[in-house]
Amino acid sequence: MANLQEKIAAKFPQATFEEADILQVNIPDAQLHDLAKTLRDDEDFAFDYLVTIVGMDWTDSLGCVYYLTSTRHSHHISIKTSTTDRDNPMLHSLADLWRIAVFYEREVYDFFGIIFIGNPDMRRLFLSIDWKGYPLRKDYDMNPELNPVSIENERQSDFTYTYVETPDGKVEKKEVPIFKEDDFVVNIGPQHPATHGVLRFRTALDAETIKKIDVYMGYIHRGVEKLCENLTYPQTLHFMDRLDYFSAHNYHHGLCLCIEKAAGIEAPRRAQVIRVMMDELSRIASHCLFIGTFCMDLGATTMLFYTLRVREQILDIMEKTCGARMTFNYDCIGGVMADLDPDFVKDVKALLAVLPDNIKEYNKVFTGNIIARNRMEGVGVLTREDAISYAVTGPSGRASNWACDVRKTDPYSIYPELDFEEVTRTEGDSMARFKVRIAEMEQSAKILEQLIDNIPEGDYCAKVPKVLKLPVGHWFQLVEGCRGAFGVYIESDGSTQPYRLKIAPPCLPLACVVDHITSGNKIADLITIGGSLDYIVPDMDR
Amino acid sequence: MFKFSIITDWINNLLHEWMPGWLATTIECVAIGVGLLLAYALLALFYIYYERKVCAAFQCRLGPNRVGPFGLLQSFADMFKILIKELISLNHIDKFLFALAPYLVIIASMLAFAVLPWGNGLQIINFNIGIFFLIAVSSIGVLGILLAGWSSNNKFTLIGALRSGAQMVSYELSIGLSVLTMVAFAGTMSVPGIVEAQSNLWFIFSGHIPAIIAFIIYLIAGTAETNRGPFDLPEAESELTAGYHTEYSGIHFGFFYLAEYLNLFIVSGVAALLFFGGWMPLHIPGFDTFNHIMDYIPSVVWFIGKAIALSFIIIWFKWTFPRLRIDQLLSLEWKYLLPINLFNLVLMTLMIVYGLHF
Amino acid sequence: MPYEAFKDNEYIEKLVSELRASGTNVLVGTLDKLINWGRSNSLWPLTFATSCCGIEFVSLGAARFDMARFGWEVARASPRQADFMMVAGTIVNRMVPVFRRLYDQLAEPKYVIACGGCAISGGPFRKSYHVAKGIEDIVPVDVYVPGCPPRPEAMIYGIMQLSRKVKVERFFGGVNRQEDQKKFLAEHPVPGVDD
Repeated sequence: MANLQEKIAAKFPQATFEEADILQVNIPDAQLHDLAKTLRDDEDFAFDYLVTIVGMDWTDSLGCVYYLTSTRHSHHISIKTSTTDRDNPMLHSLADLWRIAVFYEREVYDFFGIIFIGNPDMRRLFLSIDWKGYPLRKDYDMNPELNPVSIENERQSDFTYTYVETPDGKVEKKEVPIFKEDDFVVNIGPQHPATHGVLRFRTALDAETIKKIDVYMGYIHRGVEKLCENLTYPQTLHFMDRLDYFSAHNYHHGLCLCIEKAAGIEAPRRAQVIRVMMDELSRIASHCLFIGTFCMDLGATTMLFYTLRVREQILDIMEKTCGARMTFNYDCIGGVMADLDPDFVKDVKALLAVLPDNIKEYNKVFTGNIIARNRMEGVGVLTREDAISYAVTGPSGRASNWACDVRKTDPYSIYPELDFEEVTRTEGDSMARFKVRIAEMEQSAKILEQLIDNIPEGDYCAKVPKVLKLPVGHWFQLVEGCRGAFGVYIESDGSTQPYRLKIAPPCLPLACVVDHITSGNKIADLITIGGSLDYIVPDMDR
Repeated sequence: MFKFSIITDWINNLLHEWMPGWLATTIECVAIGVGLLLAYALLALFYIYYERKVCAAFQCRLGPNRVGPFGLLQSFADMFKILIKELISLNHIDKFLFALAPYLVIIASMLAFAVLPWGNGLQIINFNIGIFFLIAVSSIGVLGILLAGWSSNNKFTLIGALRSGAQMVSYELSIGLSVLTMVAFAGTMSVPGIVEAQSNLWFIFSGHIPAIIAFIIYLIAGTAETNRGPFDLPEAESELTAGYHTEYSGIHFGFFYLAEYLNLFIVSGVAALLFFGGWMPLHIPGFDTFNHIMDYIPSVVWFIGKAIALSFIIIWFKWTFPRLRIDQLLSLEWKYLLPINLFNLVLMTLMIVYGLHF
Repeated sequence: MPYEAFKDNEYIEKLVSELRASGTNVLVGTLDKLINWGRSNSLWPLTFATSCCGIEFVSLGAARFDMARFGWEVARASPRQADFMMVAGTIVNRMVPVFRRLYDQLAEPKYVIACGGCAISGGPFRKSYHVAKGIEDIVPVDVYVPGCPPRPEAMIYGIMQLSRKVKVERFFGGVNRQEDQKKFLAEHPVPGVDD
């Protein structure tokens, strides 16, 4: 890390450094783009993966923290930049370096009102056009009369804006049409059976062929990040259940790890094993439901019922221990809420006994089917470069031959001790995404097999102060959710409540990449691709 | 075998004795119409129940079992509800065509009922070109679907209608050719003629290889004609919400819903007629006792039983296979089914010429 | 299901006694009964889900809970053909116009079940800047099913309550729910639709 610091300092004398959990570079806005370009293109750095952009409001200034990772050298860095202009804050865009930055910057603009110069699409991402104020700013007026709940249709524009810097340093606002004059635009969603929730695509069609897709999010944007700022750390946990409700355990795990890292607490061994087992159980359940809903999207409804059988079995196991079928709220700071159910070991063994047969059955019914193969093979190919540029992690990224499993790249908890393979495929099409998930179920079962007989005795929760305060600072933690890398950023001002809690969901990039991989395909392929990416809308909208 | 024509002739003569000819004809027409409507409604209701139960069985569920014994009254409840459900009137649509479309669909399937061989002597019209008439009227249905999709002034319905247009026109060819193959084998287009020709052995057995090929193609094309999975693109739920009938509510939607099941019955009924002898019982040459026992089962039961058994296969398709994509659907028809069909027709002709059949 | 199966809903008992008191013509009454029998036994849901509760609704359709037993499995994707709307999940500000439009697109008779804490009151997200605090201000609600998310059994119970409620309605009469619905819609009009 010191090595990186020296090299950056040599090239950018204005940069200052901060040592947090990973190296942080502070850079003025003017050099931001140069620095980012160097970091991405220089062989020694090769930071090709933009993990997230955290918008920040430090009351005296507004700014962003960029988290970068190199997939080649697997080292991390963060860049911090800020502006003191609160009325008309502007930063330079990195949209030309990482394609996902277009959407991350739109999100920051939506929440903090920071305009990114050079971003081709500077619309709000989650809130409607007429929304007043920027909700995640500290001085945001929460008065519901300003932004009332209205049953009037929201205003919609066919134009987007981009801010361009002229050679003499002025910034000009330009209007850009989204669709061409004679495009046949079909609106798919937000209420549509195949969008997996309330996502909306405006789709320009040429007969059955898709020309362009404009994604609209925010139909289930619940403002979780803002809500967290007014809750104590243990209270923030329960929102993690309601983001990606299939990865409830994994997300809980991520936030707990981040808080534990900040507070210097270590969960007892037993708790760590339980957490990992729950993570893997929910991964199996989640992939089961994926197979079911994906096949249902393709028209094979019956598969859903077969896969839900296994899911119900897993939910039974979870229910016995956690007391709920979906929103478990089981992991807590320092360990888990309650000890395992006495039947747990027996039930998991019963599950492991039936799982291989079930997977075989799924393959028999669906994977080998000629129609299914024609529908999936070669449809929606995502190359490795694009997957990284769009930050498409999880099974979808691994199907494009990007080994992005956080359990392997940045192991946490007891994962380093476990023997399992990271499943990758080279095709990058819908079939690969489907097969990766089936193979991952087998790997999760393998992990469970290793752990089920070796659950150590001991406490299931560490001693945690009743009123938990984190020291001043900021932390970032990545975990592997069921759909990709889930990141949590916490900035603390030393109180019991987070100053800023940013959630970097894996599903946002999944939805953003839809336009890129569908263009030129048929409408039916949109359904296939959307299904195989398997995004969860409440997760991307938060 | 009991001939139903005895009863019908008797009624006909009776009426003609007591009243002028025009009145008798009118009464007969009305009576047949009412009977047809009743059979139509009952069959549709039965089919809805049947599909729901079969689908439940495939999905390890129970299916309807609360309304009436074994859930038998479930589809009646659905019918009562749908009859009095609001018909939403929409702005910015072609009101006349919008209202006309469901009737066109239902009339098309109803006309096809006229020539189906319900039983021995139980047939509404006896054409010498019955099977041709059947193919002709069943293609009126696509007109209704096209109108429904177009007049709704909705992009989803429009795409659904266009898909259905492309699909129906293509698969009509396959249906036509496989029917033609069997007509060539039977040597007649008249429906009773075709049934009579199978009195010794059903065509699927006597025509062996070409008949089996024709049957498979007919079944695939027939599934496509009824817009059922895996060919349910015009109403692909996960793509086009409800396809061409997205904007229809109440009984207008009910008509589409019923017609779908009725078309299923017609397609399997025609398959029964062409390949499994219509109402003709299973006869095996040489086994006279067996043939005689088979004759005791009423011909109506034979026909409807065969149709239901064949529908089971089509329902099985739907709940097993994923949906095709529109380009795959068309290439399946034009690149595979059509050439095979043409080849099969030649094969059948050769077989007839050289007398290679049983 | 038989009416005697459970009599634990005061609201419905009140409706029933009100209906009995007002009296009715035999012929019309019988027709009413037939229609209500049809309606209450054939409730088709709209495929509508926004978040977690929607997944439990999927489980409700699956083999273990099998809502097909009651004839509720004909989930229609088009609101024109559905009878009731299971509001499964949070309704946020941006979704409200869409949601109201969906409700308006449902054909009469239409019913709404508010399913889960979010739909009833905003639930855990009540304090958020972008969440509608319960859907009762947007559409008239017939049945509330609490939970986060409600268990599938609770959902079955909720729909059964709806079914009972439908049974005590009158097609020709003019008492009860439909009046409430009309009043609600008059009080909450949709301002000019701009297409």
